[in-house]
Amino acid sequence: MIVKDMMPTFELYQPKQLADALSLLDRHRADGWKLAGGNDSLSWFKERIKRPKAVIDISGITELKGIRETPDGIEIGALTTLTEIERSPVIRSNYRVLADAARRVAAPQIRNTGTLGGNVSQDARCLYYRYGLPCYRAGGNTCFADTPEGVNREHALFDSDRCIAVSPSDTAPALVALDAKFVIRSTKGERVIGTEEFFIGPKVDITHLTSVQPNELVTAIRIPKTWAKAHFYFEKVADRDSWDFALVNVAAAIVVNNGTIERSRVACGGVSAVPRRLTVVEEVIQGKSQDANIAKLAGQSAVRGARPVNYNQFKVPLMANLVTRAVRDATA
Amino acid sequence: MANKLIGQNFVPHDVVAKVTGRAKYAEDFRAEGMVFCKLLTSPMPHAKIRSIDPSEALKMPGVLGILTADDVPQFPPPQRPILQKDEVFFIGDPILALAAVDETTAADALEKVKIEFQQLPHVLDPLDSLYPGGPNARSNGNVAAAQINLQTVKWQAGDFYDDSKLPMGKPSEEWSYGDLDAAFKASKLVIEESFVTAGYSHHSMEPRTAMAYWQGGKCFLYGSNQSHTAAVPNIARYIGIEPKDLVFIAEYCGGGFGSKIPGYPIMAVPALMSKKLNRPVMMRITRIEEYSLGTARPTFQGHVKLGFREDGRLLAADLYVVQENGPDIGGGDFRSAGNALSFVYQPTSMRFRAIPVLTNTPLRGPQRGPGENQLVPAIEPMIDKAARELKIDRVQIRKINAPDNSGKIGADQGPVTSAFIKEALDKGATMFNWEQRKQRSGQKNGNKLVGIGVGQGYHSAGSNGFDGLLRITPDGKLHVHTGVGNLGTYSHSATARVPADLLNVAWENVVIERGDSRLGLPWNSPQAGSLTASTESRTNYVAAMDLKEKLLDIAAQMLGGAAADYQLGDERVVSKADRSKAITYAQAAQKAIDLGGKYSGKEAPADINPVTKDGVQMIAGTGLVGVAKDNLPRVGVTPGLTVTFAEIELDTETGKVAIKDMLCVADCGTVLHPQGLAHQIRGGNVMGIGLAQLERHVYDPKLGIPTTVLLYQAKLPGYLDVPAEIGWGAVEKPDPQNPVGVKGVGEPPQGSGAAAITTAIADALGGHLFNRTPVSIDMILNAVNGRQQAHKPLQVNSV
Repeated sequence: MIVKDMMPTFELYQPKQLADALSLLDRHRADGWKLAGGNDSLSWFKERIKRPKAVIDISGITELKGIRETPDGIEIGALTTLTEIERSPVIRSNYRVLADAARRVAAPQIRNTGTLGGNVSQDARCLYYRYGLPCYRAGGNTCFADTPEGVNREHALFDSDRCIAVSPSDTAPALVALDAKFVIRSTKGERVIGTEEFFIGPKVDITHLTSVQPNELVTAIRIPKTWAKAHFYFEKVADRDSWDFALVNVAAAIVVNNGTIERSRVACGGVSAVPRRLTVVEEVIQGKSQDANIAKLAGQSAVRGARPVNYNQFKVPLMANLVTRAVRDATA
Repeated sequence: MANKLIGQNFVPHDVVAKVTGRAKYAEDFRAEGMVFCKLLTSPMPHAKIRSIDPSEALKMPGVLGILTADDVPQFPPPQRPILQKDEVFFIGDPILALAAVDETTAADALEKVKIEFQQLPHVLDPLDSLYPGGPNARSNGNVAAAQINLQTVKWQAGDFYDDSKLPMGKPSEEWSYGDLDAAFKASKLVIEESFVTAGYSHHSMEPRTAMAYWQGGKCFLYGSNQSHTAAVPNIARYIGIEPKDLVFIAEYCGGGFGSKIPGYPIMAVPALMSKKLNRPVMMRITRIEEYSLGTARPTFQGHVKLGFREDGRLLAADLYVVQENGPDIGGGDFRSAGNALSFVYQPTSMRFRAIPVLTNTPLRGPQRGPGENQLVPAIEPMIDKAARELKIDRVQIRKINAPDNSGKIGADQGPVTSAFIKEALDKGATMFNWEQRKQRSGQKNGNKLVGIGVGQGYHSAGSNGFDGLLRITPDGKLHVHTGVGNLGTYSHSATARVPADLLNVAWENVVIERGDSRLGLPWNSPQAGSLTASTESRTNYVAAMDLKEKLLDIAAQMLGGAAADYQLGDERVVSKADRSKAITYAQAAQKAIDLGGKYSGKEAPADINPVTKDGVQMIAGTGLVGVAKDNLPRVGVTPGLTVTFAEIELDTETGKVAIKDMLCVADCGTVLHPQGLAHQIRGGNVMGIGLAQLERHVYDPKLGIPTTVLLYQAKLPGYLDVPAEIGWGAVEKPDPQNPVGVKGVGEPPQGSGAAAITTAIADALGGHLFNRTPVSIDMILNAVNGRQQAHKPLQVNSV
């Protein structure tokens, strides 16, 4: 019989050194589980849906914490809390869109424990997947949400492939807008990848939202100087203004010179399995003056090709309006 | 009586424990040798239980035993069983309990229990069940409620001719008064709308955990309940013992909102498991179980037709409610909705029809303002529509139809004890600057629209016939024994200020005895139905009168003369003629012990409830006892009424509604405890925001699985979704049928709060009626963008 809401037992490891954590991950592979702030992990455990044999609690590894300025920008340790990011003077003054995004995650208690690495690595929030049903994302061969009467209000507008779950992260689109790089370590070494490679859709791997492997760990997120002090915009629309996931969120970094848009990066969350970078919008607005007309056009072009299901049709005007606002209202 | 305490703020005695974490809730108790039990519940929305095989589970080390339906008292359907035997009716329906040395072992063992089910068709929408050939939520019927036998009802296919209009086949209940047809004919304006008010779970912060053990032939049960003595007979019945054999300990309650009124069947599980194992048993209820067992507000699918005279007077009202009632007895919300419509708007003629239909969804029961609060958020925007069409001010049209003290209610058009809703509308309109604010209706500011709303709320708010029990001990303390629970309203203490004032006792010399049967608690009303403020101010009043009489008596016996020669001073009984002749209350208490008989509680009045008699016996001989049944007259319904005003800003680009301002004025008679009133108003308004904008049950129709189980999924309003301040006021007109003028007010603010938001949203959108709550972001965006709504017009339990 199915039992829920009672955490099963597991082996708990609490390494203090990164090297120890990596070797534990290497040893346990698919039977292991990385635990940082625990906000996503513990709910999976309590539901008895994800049942790892070994939990590797990385929260005690101090070298993964904190924000460092580097010659190329900043490096944020993966265990840096969302509250620290929200309050960081260097992020607020140079990369405000990330602080704004972090401030809109969940609620203060969760931001105090939730980490940036965890926020970008969190799993899909599809209600069926979270219920423990054998859907595509859970390794099965059906989607319960993509049906005529399915509960799909929160689901994708773009790039669905069997699974229609969306990226739930608020910081992810901000990191796309900032062209962040992810530092990923394993016992084999280190790789540094961009957001396009980090966040993956169902076409690449239907059971994961990131390309991080079981033996790998996100150790840091680097933000290049390229977009420092650009015009920024972040907005999240959710049913509730605290402790809720975005229906749609938008993040934009726009470099404006004498009223003219030189270059930009714009991304939306809640509309596809990855934070969706809107290159069409970036092209449409490049070289144009930052005004209401071009903003409207940006919004229209953002949703071109959207393929809503039944209950999420409202996301089409919502996404268009948010992109319009981002282009129109992005400020230094 | 000088009102020294009544009307003043005070800090309830248990606040420090609550804010420091020292307060002990059911889960915090431990007993020597205590073990844990966990429930096994249905994974299917509707199925027959073919077989149960716990053998593998019972073999596991640490497993102590199981409890099935065969081990517990049985109750005929549609009454709620403790554990299901043959058929399960919703996901989460409890089948058995298993005890083990710890919860981890219990959970692991439950996974090894084998149950063979035969899946049956499930139903989530009453209209699907009423359709000819449609599925039934139970094998033995699809319609039931209290006083409505379980039965199968199918309507004619022809009743369902229009998807956008509620089909109205044969109802289970019907009443009417006046000449409805003539009244509609005489109407200048007729408004007719179908509507949906979504049901949703109570989601009390504290799940209904319970711990039990047996000692000396008595069952000791530590539970979470909003009532105390009123719950004892029910809980005893679930356990299968006499009320006198139950020691019920429930000092704190982490929220109930109507879901923990009279005790509940699942409470019996640890008690019966404990009996079986002969060990103390703790049953901690999880959040998911609380969703299933914690009851939910029934959904309404309604239709209303209103006929107005040119001057705005409501001549005719015709209401039909299809109530989604969960899998069994559910709630009587529909009846309250009928009464509310008849009372709040005083139609000169009215017809009410309703049918409670069963669905394979969690248990239903009363939630704050059951019935009234599903009705007003739907009706109030229609009243506004009439005001707009008849060109009458929206507050004015409410005043035109509002009841006064001669107002009538319900099928029999019975009387009420008082009604000052017009005064509340006036006071609220002044405080809110209605005349100025309404100029901003629909004003556009960039992409934002201003909406101004006004909503009314009603619930009956007082009862009588319960008992009061007071005691003065030889240390001079006045002990107020109260059988009301600790729901969070602090009426257990607020009503204790009535006898303190009557007997001239300083507040620091008052001891509240509550929360534990062993303290000697009187038979009081349930802490529900906005009852306790009014009802227990009456019981405490009659007990105080009894105590006063005994004090004067004792003074006469001790100092000579007749009782009439004495009066009460400050904690003293004083001779009227010679103020130096006096006894202290402490001396009187000692004398009462010496005298015995009625003075010390050795004898009790014949007309008090057996529960109170037991309570008196427990304290007999420890002081001067005042005890009496509330036989004071009360003719008619005691109404609690509120009016909420709101200003919102609706963002047409995001569908978000920001509440800029909210203010609520109550007609609750004399204000006992201003801060308590403020909290009731604010809490009610906040829950109203949830009802109007956020909360609902969502199910996958095909699988019948719930998707709003956890708190983050259920979307109760958070601190950023409600105004930082909610203004409040009271008309302060005493109710003539309460000895201190008090009426209750717990429930109406949720209804008026919700209605203020639905009317404000309609106002912002130029009078657009959604006829559905919650009004969610997607609905607003679809409406603003001229898109069709994704849900079918009367669909329930859906997105």
